Amino acid sequence: MKVLVPVKRVVDSNIKPLVKSDNSGVETDGLKMSMNPFDETAVEEAVRLKEQNIVSEIVAVSIGEAKCQDTLRTAMAMGAYRSILITSDELLEPLSIAKILQKIVEKEQPNLVLMGKQASDDDTNATGQILAGLLGWSQGTFVSKLELTSDKARVHREIDEGVQILDLTLPAVITTDLRLNEPRFASLPNIMKARKKPIETIALSDMDIKTTTRLEMLSVKEASTSREGIILNSVEELVEKLQNEAKVI
Amino acid sequence: MTALVLLSYEENQIRSTSRSTIAAAKKFGEVHALLVGHNLSELSQKAAKLEGVTKVLVADHEAYAHMLAQPVTDLILSIAETYDYILVSANAEGKDILPRVAGLLDVQPITDVVEVVNENTFVRPIYAGSILATVKSSDNKKLLSIRGTAFEPVSDEGGQASIEALSKVAHSEKALAQFVSVEVTKSDRPELESARVIISGGRGMQSGANFAMLEKIADILDAAIGASRAAVDAGYVGNDYQVGQTGKIVAPQLYIAVGISGAIQHLAGMKDSKIIVAINKDPDAPIFKVADYGIIGDLFEILPQLENRLANR
Ligand SMILES: Cc1cc2nc3c(=O)[nH]c(=O)nc-3n(C[C@H](O)[C@H](O)[C@H](O)COP(=O)(O)OP(=O)(O)OC[C@H]3O[C@@H](n4cnc5c(N)ncnc54)[C@H](O)[C@@H]3O)c2cc1C
Ligand SMILES: Nc1ncnc2c1ncn2[C@@H]1O[C@H](COP(=O)(O)O)[C@@H](O)[C@H]1O
Repeated sequence: MKVLVPVKRVVDSNIKPLVKSDNSGVETDGLKMSMNPFDETAVEEAVRLKEQNIVSEIVAVSIGEAKCQDTLRTAMAMGAYRSILITSDELLEPLSIAKILQKIVEKEQPNLVLMGKQASDDDTNATGQILAGLLGWSQGTFVSKLELTSDKARVHREIDEGVQILDLTLPAVITTDLRLNEPRFASLPNIMKARKKPIETIALSDMDIKTTTRLEMLSVKEASTSREGIILNSVEELVEKLQNEAKVI
Repeated sequence: MTALVLLSYEENQIRSTSRSTIAAAKKFGEVHALLVGHNLSELSQKAAKLEGVTKVLVADHEAYAHMLAQPVTDLILSIAETYDYILVSANAEGKDILPRVAGLLDVQPITDVVEVVNENTFVRPIYAGSILATVKSSDNKKLLSIRGTAFEPVSDEGGQASIEALSKVAHSEKALAQFVSVEVTKSDRPELESARVIISGGRGMQSGANFAMLEKIADILDAAIGASRAAVDAGYVGNDYQVGQTGKIVAPQLYIAVGISGAIQHLAGMKDSKIIVAINKDPDAPIFKVADYGIIGDLFEILPQLENRLANR
C-alpha cells in the first residue's frame, strides 16, 4: 500500500509571529520554520504503518518556496522514502493546494493520503476535505486512531460529542488530530541518510492549474489578550469580586 | 440574497452555535435552514420556530443519520445553486462538511468567521487566534463556517418558517464510509459552547479522579467542565472536553482555569470569555497575563476552599 503525506512548512508553533507595522500581513522573515505539527503526526503514522508492513511506500509532498526542501528532508529523516516538491512563490490557498495535490495523487496513485487536519499558520482546516471532494474519495477527518487493512481504514474521529468510528472505503483522505500519536525525533544517522533520498522538483507554473487567489488579505491585527490580572490573596476575596465587582455569579 | 444554514443538533436540541450561525446569516438577507438526519419530526418543529428563518428544508433519511460528509455534501450540492451564501457552525461537524462542498463548487471556504464586515469581507483568526485577518472573497458563492462565540444567538422561538421536505436521497450503495459506532460522553451539564460558567482543569489536576473537585464546583455554579489538551492527552477526561485552537472555542461569562499554564493554543479557545480566573501555583504562568483575577497557590488547597465558600455564600 502506498501513502502520500502532504507536509507544510510553517512558522514554528512555539513562536508567536508579529503583525507588520503597516498591518498588511504577518512578519515571518527570520523566524524559525518547522513542519506543521499535525503533518508530523501524519508522517509518524505513515512510518508506523510501514514498520508494521501494512504500508510499503511513503511519499512526502510539499508545496511552496524552495526552502520547503528542509521540511521534506525532515519527513524523510522520519521515514518517508522519497519526496515531491512543487515550487511556487505565490501565496496559495487551501483550494489551490488541494488542486495541486489532486494532480499529484493522479500521478502517484496512492491508496491513502494522510495529512494534517489543519495548518497551524492559516488554521483553515480545509485542504484534506477539499481534496477528498475533488477526488471523489472517502474522507476521515480529525482522526485520533487508525486501523488500516488492505481494503479499508477504520478511523476514530474526534467529534463534538465524543468519538465516532467509521469504516472508510479505500482510497481515502485521512486528516490527523495530534492525539493520533507522538511523533519521533529523527536520529542523526537517519537525518544523514535523508540527505541522499530523492526529491523530485516540479515548478507549479509547469502544472497547468489555475491558482487565482479567491481570498484577498486586506489587513491583519493583533488579537487582544492581556488583562489586568489582579492577584488576590484569598478565596473569600475572589468570590466577593466575582459576585460584586464582575457580577458573574 | 438568500443564505442557507446547515443546522447542527444533538439528540433533539438544536445547538446554540446554530442559532449564532443564523444570526450571522441574517446579515446577508433571507435565511433558509437545512435540517439533515433521520427521524427529524420533532426537530423540524423546533427549527421552524427559530427566529429569522423563513424556510426549513428537511432531508430525513437513514442514509443521513450520522451526518457523514459525503452524503450530506451531495445533498447540499443538489440545492446549492439557489443560494448565495452557505453557512455552517465552526464545530467538528461543520468543519468536516463545508470544505468538501466548497471544493466541489470551486469556492475557497472561509472558516471560523468571527465578524461579518460586509457582504464579501470577513474577519477570521489565524496563528492560533493570536492574529485576526480581514479577508475579502471574490467567489460568487460564499461558504462560511461561523464561530458561535462571536455572534449573539437568535431566539429559539418566534419564527414561523414553512417546512419543506427534500426528496433527494443519498444512495447507500455508493456510500464511501460506513458508520460503525459513536462513543458519546453523557453529561447533565450545560454544553461547553453555551455554558454561562466553565471550570477547566489542566495537567496540574494530576489525574482524572481529581476532576471530581471541579465537578463539585460545577454543580454549585451550573457550570460546564473543560480541559486543556495536556489533560485530555493524559487521559484525565475525553476529547470533547478540550478547549483551544484544536478543541472547542468558548466564551462564557466566567472561565476558571485550574492548573493550566496558559499556552497560546489554549488561550485561542477561551480568551474571549468575559471574566477569566486563574488558579495556578506558578506566579509566572502565562495564564495570569490573560486573567482578570488570579490566585497563586496549590489547587488542592484552593479548590475545597472555593467549593465551601461558593456553597455558603
Ligand atoms: C498545534 C497545536 C495545537 C494545540 N491545541 C491545543 C488546544 O486546543 N488546547 C490546549 O489546551 N492545548 C493545545 N495545545 C497544547 C498547548 O501548547 C499546551 O501544551 C497545553 O495547553 C498545556 O496544557 P496545561 O496547561 O494543562 O499543562 P502545562 O503546560 O503542563 O501546565 C500545567 C500547569 O499546572 C500548574 N500546576 C501544577 N500543579 C499545580 C498545583 N498543585 N496547583 C496549582 N497549579 C498547579 C503548573 O504551574 C502549570 O502552569 C496545542 C499544541 C499545538 C502544538
Ligand atoms: N503548502 C502545502 N504543502 C503541503 N501540504 C499542505 C500545504 N498547505 C496545506 N497542506 C496540507 O493540508 C493540511 C491542512 O491545511 P489547511 O487546510 O491549510 O489548514 C495540512 O496539515 C497539510 O497536510
